[in-house]
Amino acid sequence: MEGVLPINQVVSEVEQQEYIINMGPQHPSTHGVLRFLLSLKGEVVQYVQPHCGYIHRGIEKMTEKITYPQIIHLTDRLDYLSAHMNNEAVSLCVENALQIEVPERVKYIRTIMAELSRLASHQLWWAAFGMDLGALTTFFYGLRDREYILDIFEQTTGSRLTQSYNCPGGLMNDIHPDFQKKVKEFIKNFRKVLPEYNQLLTGNVIFHERTKGIGLLSKEDAISFGVTGPSGRGSGFSCDLRKSHPYSAYDKVDFKEILYTEGDTFARYQVRMDEMLESMNIIEQLIDNIPEGDYALKMKAIIKLPEGEYYQRVESARGEFGVHIISDGNKNPYRVKFRSPNFSNLSAIDSMARGFKIADLVAISGSLDLVIPDLDK
Amino acid sequence: MPFDIYDLSTFTHWIDTSLRAGMSPFWAVFTEFVLVGVVFLAFYAVVGLFLVYAERRICAFMQCRLGPNRVGPGGIFQTIADLIKLLFKELIYIKNADKILFNIAPFIVIIASFLALAAIPFGKGLQAMDFNIGIFYVVAVSSIGVIGILLAGWSSNSKYSLIGALRSGAQIISYELSVGLSLIVIVILAGTMQLSEIVEMQRDGWFIFTGHLPAVIAFIIFMIASTAEINRGPFDLAEAESELTAGFHTEYSGIKFAFFFLAEYMNMFIVASIAATVFWGGWMPLHIGSWEGFNHAMDFIPPFIWYLGKTAVIIYLIMLFKWTFPRLRIDQLLTLEWKYLLPVNLFNVLLMAFIVLKGWHF
Repeated sequence: MEGVLPINQVVSEVEQQEYIINMGPQHPSTHGVLRFLLSLKGEVVQYVQPHCGYIHRGIEKMTEKITYPQIIHLTDRLDYLSAHMNNEAVSLCVENALQIEVPERVKYIRTIMAELSRLASHQLWWAAFGMDLGALTTFFYGLRDREYILDIFEQTTGSRLTQSYNCPGGLMNDIHPDFQKKVKEFIKNFRKVLPEYNQLLTGNVIFHERTKGIGLLSKEDAISFGVTGPSGRGSGFSCDLRKSHPYSAYDKVDFKEILYTEGDTFARYQVRMDEMLESMNIIEQLIDNIPEGDYALKMKAIIKLPEGEYYQRVESARGEFGVHIISDGNKNPYRVKFRSPNFSNLSAIDSMARGFKIADLVAISGSLDLVIPDLDK
Repeated sequence: MPFDIYDLSTFTHWIDTSLRAGMSPFWAVFTEFVLVGVVFLAFYAVVGLFLVYAERRICAFMQCRLGPNRVGPGGIFQTIADLIKLLFKELIYIKNADKILFNIAPFIVIIASFLALAAIPFGKGLQAMDFNIGIFYVVAVSSIGVIGILLAGWSSNSKYSLIGALRSGAQIISYELSVGLSLIVIVILAGTMQLSEIVEMQRDGWFIFTGHLPAVIAFIIFMIASTAEINRGPFDLAEAESELTAGFHTEYSGIKFAFFFLAEYMNMFIVASIAATVFWGGWMPLHIGSWEGFNHAMDFIPPFIWYLGKTAVIIYLIMLFKWTFPRLRIDQLLTLEWKYLLPVNLFNVLLMAFIVLKGWHF
């Protein structure tokens, strides 16, 4: 018969066909407008092509038209879950360029706020990661406890998510009189709640099956892809800038850098769970010792950086966030480059997900804790 | 017997005889069919709506929130409002979809769950069809649903739907073995497949108590396997929303989606009914040995309440699973069935056969 191929030829043609699906840009588990192009063989992922840029707003370009204090407000919109750390990076960069030293009080408050942001971010990550794996209840537990931190932020900074609390030379305003009391209350409460998180998800057999040995990333790969933050530390890549290049008040506190060497999804999970404990330790060491003093230096009305290139990096909740400012001596930067941790972390996903199943890809991308607006800038 | 005060067979017999007195046998049977159909449709709708509401409240309480609480007292009319919304939603037709199969699929799913209701004994004499192969009928009929799911996934012309449907096919066909085998354990113990007789045999003690270890094992396996068979969490791979958005019903909208949704809840109800009937004595009140006073007091609770209460407890258990556990992966799901549940089940059947042969059961 015409048109009917011999059976062996049919098989070879089927083998050549790729089953390609678009995961995203609108998909529940890409946590934003990220698009994965998947090639599948049955359930097994052959390769992943991440396509980003769906929420590109041109923030780097926009910074060339505005002044340095104004840049702060744009960095909130990058990684909105570690808005405070992004602010801090820009502030530190400008302060270093001007060679000014902020008061001790500012350093302490910045560190406490950064750790609170990290806690809130990890709580949200835990909530969403559980949901990625199909454990829907975690979502509400995580969001419930995050609410306390957002209330603290709102009280002091006036804003819950995009705080813009830092400014070159210090902080926008002083902390609320109740700040210390509230933070201590939160920590007391959260120390009780964190074991609940472990009971609900960490000890679960299905959860272990779903995460152990999944999405392996070797230390060498982590370094060559530039995977930083908790995702990198899950592979044994010691990349905690708070430890290796202390800024603000991190040199005054005693804390551990969490390292796991397995490099699988479960290791990345454990890093974040342990980091929540460490963040609480850091806050507890600082909260009672905030020195008296000014909350900001008196800065000139118009900040002009001397001509040159300046780079500052901080440890955000997702990894190394860098700000590279090139100044030509004007009140606007000549060029600004943000090193977004998510972009580098995402680049590793193809090598991590190959050969695993679709459900594993969801777990892997969840364990990288991607924030898409940061990725697309 | 004291609990025969609630025997409804006299009532149903009276309907039957008075109908047959008034008209020819054909029309009498026809009228009975219509009556039973109408009653079941109403029951189906009420149970479906109530289960959706119950699920939303229960999961809300597990997740530290309130759940629906605005429409009516305690939000009791929320699902009705949702139903009205779904009725008025646009039915979207997919380009290049196989129209006939696409439209038929939700009906197959819902009819399969509807058919299974017929064999379930709700109370003494309150059973539409008392087959002598009742268990076999229920298992057979409820497995028709997978055809609807496969068709829905195939005809939607969507890659996500297709993956969901194929997952569902693999899952349901695998777990049907365990459901069947765990029920066979009880069939061996009871010596009959007739559901009314199985209930009657549990007069002096439910099978889960009288059947030694094998009945307990069979009950646990039945709970796991039936949760998987009705595509509910942690086995909801067919519609895993974090992977496949909604699986096989991704492309359905409006009332057709509602059909799938309703069928899922009704399947849960049917599975819980079977578990209650086969393992927990169905409508049979709780009787403990020679405690005459206690047994007598229990008899005064109507059988229908017993049946609904047991079913509700099992439904609550199934809901707890869903809102506690993460989802399994497809290969882990099949490993669980073929490497663990099935061998345990086969051994369990042998064990039960041995116990019955030796007459060691109560």
